[in-house]
Amino acid sequence: MGSHEVSNPDAIVGWLGLTGIPVRGVFNGCATGGTSLQMAAQAIRHGEADVAMAIGMDKHPRGAFAADPSAVGLPSWYGQTGMFLTTHFFGTKATRYLHDHGISVDSLARIAAKNLRNGSITPHAWRRKPMTPEQILASPVVNHPLTQYMYCSPDEGAAAVVLCRADLASRFTSAPVYLRSSVLRSRRSGAFEMQSPSLPLHRAPSPTVDASVAAFEEAGLGPDEIRVAQLQDTDAGSELIHMAENGFCKDGEQEQWIADGATEITGRLPVNTDGGLIANGEPIGASGLRQVYETVLQLRGRAGERQVPGNPKTGYTHLYGAPGASTVSIFSR
Amino acid sequence: MTTRVPVAEGVFTWPSDQPRLIGSERDGVISFPAEPGAPQRLLGTRGTLWSFTNQQFRPPSPPYDGNDTAETFVPYALGYVELPGELLVQARLTEPDPAKLRIGQPMELVVVPYTVRDDGTEVLTYAFAPADDTTGDGSND
Repeated sequence: MGSHEVSNPDAIVGWLGLTGIPVRGVFNGCATGGTSLQMAAQAIRHGEADVAMAIGMDKHPRGAFAADPSAVGLPSWYGQTGMFLTTHFFGTKATRYLHDHGISVDSLARIAAKNLRNGSITPHAWRRKPMTPEQILASPVVNHPLTQYMYCSPDEGAAAVVLCRADLASRFTSAPVYLRSSVLRSRRSGAFEMQSPSLPLHRAPSPTVDASVAAFEEAGLGPDEIRVAQLQDTDAGSELIHMAENGFCKDGEQEQWIADGATEITGRLPVNTDGGLIANGEPIGASGLRQVYETVLQLRGRAGERQVPGNPKTGYTHLYGAPGASTVSIFSR
Repeated sequence: MTTRVPVAEGVFTWPSDQPRLIGSERDGVISFPAEPGAPQRLLGTRGTLWSFTNQQFRPPSPPYDGNDTAETFVPYALGYVELPGELLVQARLTEPDPAKLRIGQPMELVVVPYTVRDDGTEVLTYAFAPADDTTGDGSND
């Protein structure tokens, strides 16, 4: 059970029934949803349970995530001088990535426009008004080069995923979706991570890269075999960078992919078909489980107006968050 | 005379005509801020801009303690400066306009006031300034 705002989520789900079964609270930054899914899968794998449920919920106030830096082991002056924020990390990472790989700001606007458009046909999305790339570029800059509508916002929401032993699935459903792998990785020294007053000179891959490689290996699938993907889009730059970090394209190829519409619902790899975080906000306990919900709907052919054509059989979900944690899960039917 | 105090002790050498960031080095690993208990090492004052962004809205307060309001907040830029042979340091940049910043440009350390307390005391922090158009240490404005 994952949450940020609820310090003891177990205490507020009593109406699900008090049965004595093991309940664990989990918080792992923006990777919380994927972590609770991974823990539920582990409980089954280890024989602790035949059926397990991952639950996520949060209700963030406006301006959530303001905290004293000492809570994460950083000095007070880091916060006093206006450097203890997560948002500027995304601007800094995007500035460097766009520079290194020759990608235009227009691609960021097109990603945000795509997610808002997907959100507009997703009944449970939070932002449902489509915007053009031009409108998105013209909205106020939050952290250069990212504008207001290239970012997600904290909001509220809940989601849950029920898992069971694969050999028991037919008891519960005629359309089971299999969890092929579920991997959690933390940052290595040299990864470019938020809340870092300094970083070593040597660079290491993001924990996303490590989680993705391990998840593909465990699933026995490759990136070109995935038919629908939900990638952490805290902002449009994150989605763009995560396309490469998760192995779907090479660094720099995103410009052409976006121009071709490759990540649209009708493209060769639809990304964030329900509008992702940009359209759904980010209740961080629930967000990763929303990705699973969307993936299951897509694999069952029940995603309505936003259904990926061609009867997709494989799906991919990815989270990334502070202080450098990533989860990747791969699904098939 | 205006009283000036550093935002915290042990972040940069002060008072000083040529302030330096106070890092540490243990087992060949250089850290900033200084790791508690590790031998201290003053860091270089010149480097190149590794990446940058700007802060266009007033950060949540607390922990931010600037004496401005959402209306009077003056946006600033920040980024990472690569100190050769040492590390990447995150810092405010004195040039707030991203259009006037570029990756790889030479930067140098300055100490600047970032807020004024009710009694008139200026609170100082470290920042990096484009090295091409800066003279002195920036603290004598």
